[in-house]
Formats: sequence, C-alpha cells, structure tokens
Amino acid sequence: MQIYVFDGSLEGLLCAVFEWFERKPGQIQLVTKNDFQPDAFTAHLDILPEAGKADRVWKGLQSRLPKGWMRRFYCTYLSESPEAYTALFEFTCYIFSAEPGAENNYGNPHVLAVSKTAIKVEREKHRMEAFIRFQHTADGIFYCGIDPDFNVLPLIMSHFKNRYADQQWIIYDINRKYGLYYNLEKVEEIKMDFNEPNMLRPSSGSLSDKEELYTVLWKDYFKSANIVARKNTKLHVQHVPKRYWKYLTEKQQ
Amino acid sequence: MSERIREKLNILADAAKYDVSCSSSGGTRKNDNKGLGDSHASGICHTYTEDGRCVSLLKILLTNHCIFDCAYCVSRKSNDIERAAFTVEEVVELTMNFYRRNYIEGLFLSSGIFKNADFTMERLLRVVKKLRLEERFNGYIHLKTIPGASDELIREAGMYADRMSINLEMPTESGLKLLAPDKSHQDVIKPLGFVQNQIVQFKEERKLIRSVPKFVPAGQSTQMVIGATPETDKDIMHTADAFYRNFSLKRVYYSGYIPISNDSRMPILGTQPPLIRENRLYQTDWLMRFYGFHVNELLNDANPHLDIDIDPKLSWALRNLQHFPVDINVAAYKVILRVPGIGVGSAKKIVQARKFGRLRIDQLQKIGVAYNRAKHFIKCADSPYQLKDYQSTQIKSFILAESQSKYIKHDTSQLILF
Ligand code: SF4
Repeated sequence: MQIYVFDGSLEGLLCAVFEWFERKPGQIQLVTKNDFQPDAFTAHLDILPEAGKADRVWKGLQSRLPKGWMRRFYCTYLSESPEAYTALFEFTCYIFSAEPGAENNYGNPHVLAVSKTAIKVEREKHRMEAFIRFQHTADGIFYCGIDPDFNVLPLIMSHFKNRYADQQWIIYDINRKYGLYYNLEKVEEIKMDFNEPNMLRPSSGSLSDKEELYTVLWKDYFKSANIVARKNTKLHVQHVPKRYWKYLTEKQQ
Repeated sequence: MSERIREKLNILADAAKYDVSCSSSGGTRKNDNKGLGDSHASGICHTYTEDGRCVSLLKILLTNHCIFDCAYCVSRKSNDIERAAFTVEEVVELTMNFYRRNYIEGLFLSSGIFKNADFTMERLLRVVKKLRLEERFNGYIHLKTIPGASDELIREAGMYADRMSINLEMPTESGLKLLAPDKSHQDVIKPLGFVQNQIVQFKEERKLIRSVPKFVPAGQSTQMVIGATPETDKDIMHTADAFYRNFSLKRVYYSGYIPISNDSRMPILGTQPPLIRENRLYQTDWLMRFYGFHVNELLNDANPHLDIDIDPKLSWALRNLQHFPVDINVAAYKVILRVPGIGVGSAKKIVQARKFGRLRIDQLQKIGVAYNRAKHFIKCADSPYQLKDYQSTQIKSFILAESQSKYIKHDTSQLILF
C-alpha cells in the first residue's frame, strides 16, 4: 500500500485527495510528515500543498455538501489526530465517488467517523465557551489561558468577539502557543512570552484591584446555589470532568 | 463594604436556589450596540453545582422579605431567618462583573413580596431597565412576574426580559390551598395569560413593523413542587400538559420538595427529596414534548403513577407490546421514536441511513441505539429469529438484569433520558 505524506495542513490534506484522483492508486495510507517513518519497502508520495489544487477540492466539497457538513469537516480537521486525517481523506474520496446525498449514509464507517469526531470537537468548543474564566489583569485586559484537547481557538473566536465587544480580552492556548487578542476593534492572533508561573490563571500580583472581590463572590455564589440534600457528586463530575477544574474559579482553593 | 455584599449574596442566592429553572436558552438578543453580551440560542451551563444542576444564570432574590406565609417557602413571613435586600445598583454590578468574567449567561431575578405586588414589580423593572438601557447589557434575563402586579408594569418588564415565569407551586388547586391559603392558581393563570397574549400581539406587529421590540422572546415557564402534597403523577402531568397547551409554555419544571420546616402538613425535616420521581416526571415531560406521546398514553386512571424502576417509555412499550416489533428498515420515523433505547438523534440517523441499504445490528449500535434495550422491540436486517414471544414481565426482567449496574445501583437522581 502506498503512503501519502502530507504536512498536516488542511491545504495538504485536500491536495492528497487531489493527487489520489489524479492517480487512482487504490487504497493508500495517509500520514503526516511528523509521523512518517520511511522504510525501504513501501513507496511513498510527498504531497506538496498547493493553494490551487486545495481550492478545487474544497469547492468541489462545497458543491456537494450542505453547510453543516462543511463545518463537520473543518471541526474534524481541528481534532489534529491521525485517525481523523485518514477519516477525512476517505470521506472526501467517498463523497466524490458516490451519488449526491451520500453524507447521510451513517452506515458508512468514514461518514460516521467524521460525524463523531466533529461532535467531540464541538463538545470541546462548547466546554471552552462554558468553562473559560476571565481574570481582569492590572493592564485592564480580561485574560484566560487554556489547553484544550483540540485546536478550538478558531471555532470559539466569533462567540467571544460577539459577546465581549466592549472589553479587551485574551484567550491563550498554552500548548499550541498562540492566542486570540481582542483590542476592541478586531481579533488578532498573538504569541506571548510569560513571566507567570501559572499561564492558565495568573497570580494576584498581575490582577486588577477588584479581581479578588469578584473571585470571592463567585465562589460564595457557587456554594450558596448548592442544595446539600440533593448532593450528587457523580453527576457533578460527569458534567464538569475533573480535567477542567483547573480553569474554574469556583474550584480553586 | 465587601463583607456586606458577601453576606447579602449568600442570603439571597440561598433563598433563590429552590427555583430550579436555570435555562438560558431561547434568547435571541444580538450584541448590535457594541455593548456587553449576546444570547446563545441553546444556552450555556457555565458550571454545575455539587448536586449536579446546571449553573447558567446568577439566580438571586432582590429581597427575601415577604408579606406572605406560604408553608413550602423558606422566605415565608413566619420563618425565623436572616433577611436582606439588594439595591438596584448592587444587582446590576454583580451581573455585569460576573458576566464579564464568563461566569454566567445572565441574570435570573426573583423576589419576595415586600409592601405589595406593584412595589415589588417596579423594583425588578428598575434593575432590568438599568441593565439594558444604561449598561447596554445583552445577556439573558429571566424575570419573575409578580402575581397581582399591574398590566403596565408587566408589559414594560416584558420588553427587557428574555423569559418570564410564575410558579404554580402546587400541582393542584387543593394542594395550593392547603399550604398557601392566600393563593390560588387563578393568580398565576391571569398574568401567564396576559404575557402570552402580549407575546402573540408583539409578534404580529413585528411582522408588519420591524422596529417593534421583542417581547419575552424566550417565552414563559413555570414550576411545580413535587411531593409536598399528595398529588399523583397523573395529576401533575395533566396539569403540566394543560399549561403547555393553554399558555404555550417553553418549560414546566418539577422540583422535588426538600423539607424546610416541621409543618405537619408536609413531609418532615430530613425526608429525602423524591429525586427518582422527579427524574421520571422530567422523562415523561420529554416524551410529551419531543417524542409525540399524549399524556394519556403515559398516565391515566389505570396507571396514575410512573414506575420507579423503569423509565416511562419502557413502561409504555411493555404495556403495549401489540405495537412491536417495529421493523427499523420500513417503519415511520414517529414509530421508531417510540422504541425504548432509541432517542431522537438515533431515530433521525436511522431514517437517513436506511435509504442506502437495509440496516444491520452493528450499524444500529454504531449509530447510537441502546441495542440491548431496543432488541426486544425491533427487527432489522439481521435480527435473530425468535422462537417464542416473550411476555412483558420477562422482557422487563431481561432489561433490568442487563442495566442493573447502570440504572439501579447508583441512586437514580441523575437525569438519564432514554
Ligand atoms: S409569596 Fe413567594 S416569596 Fe413569599 S412566601 Fe410565598 S412563595 Fe415565598
């Protein structure tokens, strides 16, 4: 089986589809440059991303898929996993080969895989929209650091931009090392250097005077809203998985 | 200053928590004035309390002073508790600052009745007006309609609120009379009807003139307390059904009564709140709203109570085995929806996917059908041939045996839908 090696970009992925239709080599294996380990026995093809080719594939998909599926496609791509890349590749080939409407064939494993991965990414996006807690810094910026499972910053941008239109904010993905900065006009992608030990939640030294009060009030509120007679820790943890607690003001000691 | 505000927040959040609604869905406000906030159509839960309930809104009372003495309420006049009252400014500051930090989707403001209904409603109105007009706040606002307040005040409040609600409190008039002799369902019906009329009227006018403001765009809801008085599940759900139909309510909430006093008319202190029952009522509510069930199919004179050990959809199926098995590959969507173990999402996927070929067991499982439950009620491409028809009691015991760990062992206070 031939191996297609691409650079991990969306463009590269779409070009892999383009090349496959040019050559029709049958079953191939798609890997990213980073995961690729050449051996002497398997032939491989280096996919060079080219905007023109990628664009044709993207347009082709757009003409076949309803908007919701284009979104699913993009979300699945942002999951950044090798299985997702393969699923997208196979899915795209299937969509181009099958009758219109084939995206509704949930009996097809690639259709199902894309749909399921997209749901996971959307869930992570939704969790970030829910669990991000801004802290008001001494510079007057509302800041929050995150390290989401998937690369969701592009997905959450417009939500935060629409919502927090009258305050400056930064959401920083500390693992992927980039963030979004809204300067009251538009959102910019930024890279930052930190002198803070905790990039998720900066320490009180760099925060505004009122920050501590609202932190305390929010923690108080969280406690008051609880009904002890209904305690249900299992359900609580199911809704707020422990790995997100580090974001949550109300969960800090 | 910060100590006093902490104290007030503790008292007035604590008193507000028995209102279980925390939904922030259905808001349609857009941030088109470069202010703060917009509404998310499906709502967002920003955190969950340790009892597992969604926290979406800052839910507080303006004050817990009250001239009434409803036996089921912590704020009742005769209760010896600390009282407090927020100023309008304090509520606005809290809401804005919580919202800016992404703690909440908005405000749920309720109040005890101080002085009289109009006086109270007027204060609530001042809060929402300040938020909307001065602070340019576009987040979600759920406002209590104060029974007995004037139409003018209610109408004005409705132009700024996303949702309004009034609680029925007890599922029947006799239950209410028992615990709150001063109150009647009529006090609730009148303002619910008024707001509903206004919603319809504003919508009509907006069709003609775009600049007509939105009126309570997320609709109305109500709440019933469960288990304080001896109503049957049938009483409760028939009341809910009537209110859904007559007032186009968005939601009816069921709140298991948590004993708060030694009043001999109600369960004594320390009695466990009826959490499983509450869960079953929510499931029934869901079946009525999203699964096409009529309330009479689920609760009637022959079956006035919901089963505790199995969910209402399974109960219905076991009572109506004549409708099964359903052939997944040909049955109508509506019929598939009624199969235990198949939810709305899976049912939709099934009718899409079967166009591409007859569906098999493994495909159903991947689509998300709870096959071990559904298998007793369906046929698909490779269903095993069954020698004999099982009785409903046998099917029930199979399903219970299989789902033992999942549904019974842990206390079932959590909301498991089908
Ligand atoms: S009127 Fe409302 S706040 Fe006052 S006692 Fe009755 S339920 Fe409680």
